[in-house]
Amino acid sequence: MPTVIQVSAVRKTYGATVAVDEVSFAVNEGEIFGLIGPNGAGKTTTMECIEGLRTPDRGAISVLGLNPFSDVYKLQERIGIQLQEAQLQKRIKVWEAVDLWASLYRKKRIDGERLLEQLGLIDKRNAWFMNLSGGQKQRLFIALALINDPELVFLDELTTGLDPQARRAIWDLVRGIRARGKTVFLTTHLMEEAERLCDRVAIIEHGRIIDIDTPQSLVNRHCPERTVVLATDDGSAAERFRTIPRIDAVTCSDSQFTIRGRGDDLVTDVIQCLSENRIRVTDFRTILPNLEDVFLKLTGHSIRD
Amino acid sequence: MMLRGLWKLTWIELKIFLREPLGAFGTIVIPVLVFVVTGRIVGHREPSASLAASNFISVGLPVLASVLITISAVLSLVTIISIYREGGILKRLRATPLRPQTILTAHVVVKLLLTAATLVLMVLVGKRYYPVGIDVPLFGFTLALLISTCSILSMGFLIASIVPTARFAQPIGAVILYPMIGISGLFAPVAALPPALQVVARVVPLTYAVSLLEGIWKGDAWSAHLGDVGALALVFIACTALSAKVFRWQ
Repeated sequence: MPTVIQVSAVRKTYGATVAVDEVSFAVNEGEIFGLIGPNGAGKTTTMECIEGLRTPDRGAISVLGLNPFSDVYKLQERIGIQLQEAQLQKRIKVWEAVDLWASLYRKKRIDGERLLEQLGLIDKRNAWFMNLSGGQKQRLFIALALINDPELVFLDELTTGLDPQARRAIWDLVRGIRARGKTVFLTTHLMEEAERLCDRVAIIEHGRIIDIDTPQSLVNRHCPERTVVLATDDGSAAERFRTIPRIDAVTCSDSQFTIRGRGDDLVTDVIQCLSENRIRVTDFRTILPNLEDVFLKLTGHSIRD
Repeated sequence: MMLRGLWKLTWIELKIFLREPLGAFGTIVIPVLVFVVTGRIVGHREPSASLAASNFISVGLPVLASVLITISAVLSLVTIISIYREGGILKRLRATPLRPQTILTAHVVVKLLLTAATLVLMVLVGKRYYPVGIDVPLFGFTLALLISTCSILSMGFLIASIVPTARFAQPIGAVILYPMIGISGLFAPVAALPPALQVVARVVPLTYAVSLLEGIWKGDAWSAHLGDVGALALVFIACTALSAKVFRWQ
């Protein structure tokens, strides 16, 4: 798969603070790539260096084969940007913003009205920016990021401050961008967002990349623990469970068992054990680690701290 | 190339400005009202007006009004730029193929258009209601005012480049610009000022703007004011170059 973004050993400092330190990664064409980490980890600085809005102190960046500093205007023609906490003029109308943005690019392939329709903003086309809700503003910013039919879209903390319903709607929109063959580079501090949306993620903390992979591979690599919780009255159950391979611990309180082990096969093995021994269960659930747990393991603290 | 988006942005910024509460009223109507009302009060109080008073009404007041309109336009520009910077609007506009110069030019054009509209209205209303007949070289005066405005606008940009937050933009701009009027020669000739103030007056750009505007208003030839034009051009070039260096986008 062709590489769309190549970042090599980028470093950026603000005074004595090192915001981004020796960061390297590559983003492939057609994927949703997420840079995840807590606030202040260096996500936005990294992204703005790639967008050509900031100049790194050291290192090399190539975006769509262009240098984001010397070719910034050429690059802007081909990318779409949504900035964290951006604003527009308070009293600009929705259609005026779309119309203005459309006029800024050389190629004009996207119909602004259709874009507003797709993003559910057509009823708001005459509304002032200041009178839009948070979700509507974000959808407008997505519209502005897509108006030039870009090959690569940057989304910085896209759903921060939105309610869960609006968040889900925005996720669907982002998947729609990928479905049209675009590459998406996003940052988020929401692990659920990264897990549901991203094909690959890079975990960043204190300006350094800790690991890069698909969410599932990161979980498998760093948190292989699996837990099954079930309820049964079968007296022989505890003994049987201890014969399951790769088991770490079996604990029991009242009639509820907690089986801890490692590896993807644990759940299958437990089910097989239940079936072979004809153990009747009244409850069965699994507790699987997620990116949140990966982050905790890698950094020693929760992403919200 | 550089002009891509300029006219659309200018047009939108103009519409946005007129949507502000008091936008059109405060910028255009109020200065004209103040100008006419002041003229009538001063003009009527002394039926046999002294030479100085009548000179002030026929030359000083129109020039003062023009300068005030310009300064208020510049202050509004300084404020808008600061608000746009603080709200991340400038940054969002910059994350497009839009050139920085285009964004700033659009704002300058909007202010020039509003200033021009105010002045045209002032002349029209003045012809009808102003005590002293206004009979001036309109084209020449417009040109002189355009030169002065560009020069004062460039000072505004320099202020906008340096002022840290939107809250301080208007007051800091006002503190820098308004006192310049006092020593600009509008109320007393520069030669009549104390020597120390004369030195200050010589380096204050507004002095040259006032000298040029008064001269052209009275019907002087342009050749008599080449020094003023040169000084204003120098200020424009210096301030523009300096603000291009120190301007912050966020």
